[in-house]
Amino acid sequence: MLKVVFYGTKKKKRKAKPPNPFLVKSIIILISRSVSALPLSLPDCCCCVSAFSLCFEISTKKMAARFLWASRVASHLRISIAQRGFASVVLKDLKYAESHEWVKIDGNKATFGITDHAQDHLGDVVYVELPDLGRSVSQGESFGAVESVKATSDINSPVSGKVVEVNEVLSESPGLVNTSPYEDGWIIKVELSDAEEAKKLMDSDKYSKFCEEEDAKH
Amino acid sequence: MSVKRVGLPLMNVVKLRGTPILQQLLLEERLLRSSSANWCIVNDGTNRPNIVMGLSGKPCELVELEPVIRDRVPVMKRFTGGGTVIVDENTLFVSLICNRNDVPDVQPYPRSVMAWSGSLYSQVFNGIGDFQLRENDYVFGDRKFGGNAQSMTRNRWIHHTSFLWDYSESNMAYLKLPSRVPQYRLERDHTDFVCKMKDYIERAVFIEKTIKAVGTQFMLEELSLDEIDDSCREHIETTRLLTLDELKETLAKTTRSGSIAQAV
Repeated sequence: MLKVVFYGTKKKKRKAKPPNPFLVKSIIILISRSVSALPLSLPDCCCCVSAFSLCFEISTKKMAARFLWASRVASHLRISIAQRGFASVVLKDLKYAESHEWVKIDGNKATFGITDHAQDHLGDVVYVELPDLGRSVSQGESFGAVESVKATSDINSPVSGKVVEVNEVLSESPGLVNTSPYEDGWIIKVELSDAEEAKKLMDSDKYSKFCEEEDAKH
Repeated sequence: MSVKRVGLPLMNVVKLRGTPILQQLLLEERLLRSSSANWCIVNDGTNRPNIVMGLSGKPCELVELEPVIRDRVPVMKRFTGGGTVIVDENTLFVSLICNRNDVPDVQPYPRSVMAWSGSLYSQVFNGIGDFQLRENDYVFGDRKFGGNAQSMTRNRWIHHTSFLWDYSESNMAYLKLPSRVPQYRLERDHTDFVCKMKDYIERAVFIEKTIKAVGTQFMLEELSLDEIDDSCREHIETTRLLTLDELKETLAKTTRSGSIAQAV
């Protein structure tokens, strides 16, 4: 029986801050590797992992239990984790294009970036070519590029619209695309020209499966 | 999509000799973005020394501006990533432009394309030197003779290489030591880090063996430069030659910054 218990502290209540999914991903990987190192004959062993005070019980089927535990934690924290080993973080409230861009729609505005899967495969991003403000972008068409060590890769627009804001911080800190692809590493914001286009995009579950299938082919 | 014959996708082979590197790069960028065919472009040396930076290259960081301006060495930015090279008649170029669907075992990401290229050139250099793909470079042992760069679009990618057939020390002096160097370079200076391909293989043999290696994965058809359809030019060109004024302005800014830093 797998049980995940979060121990809180006795500090005064603060407004809950959404957990950083990349920190969670790293912890899940660290814990799951620790779990996999434990012998099978410890079904009643209770492991306590430091800073976040997680306490869980381990079933005799280590691999299935590890994934089940990770899935429940991920679900609680609103993130999706690919089964093949936590290869990429996928956020549930975003939409995704097959060319590995994400989009967050807020009314008639949308924010774009590249996914964790994409940044992981590209390697260290050293430069981001940003479009001009006011430029029109079309669904599926390139509007900029990221450069990673030896390669430039097009960034394709997941939906159509007009560029209203670009993330100037990326000019000085292009590595944000690697370290925070869904937050600080956002690339542009647009005013949507056709909100219906978002229906052609994938949700997080479909995108996770898409990434798994793509990686499995190679 | 290219036409498949006998189970292999088609690749057009274009053999050039002494074509200016700017012309070659503009051609490659156009073919990557406006063509749907696969291409292998071989340029047997370019016409004169040129400095070629990657997309994000900054002349003040990569180039010795004073002698470059004095000697009027052309400096350009290419549409692919990667580092800075100085190329001349002793540099050989091989560029491969592919539809991702025609190379289905290769993911359109740098590491995957680089690994594929490494296996291709392993056929070329089979039994010659101790050829390896080391990080992102082609080496004999631990000495670099070939540098690579790539660009990925939605459905296509290019992988192009400049091979150091031979080089002149005086030309190398136009380049600064880059801030980003491969780990295997260790602390070696330029002369200990690179080697000359001419010490390992004949020029014509290299070109022939490269085309033969490509032919193991594609059905080849040779075209001349004139036969390439250049009617479609709707893409935005990223490759460009920096003007002399731009270089002078950069030098002036660098000199001013240096003076202020000294004064402080």
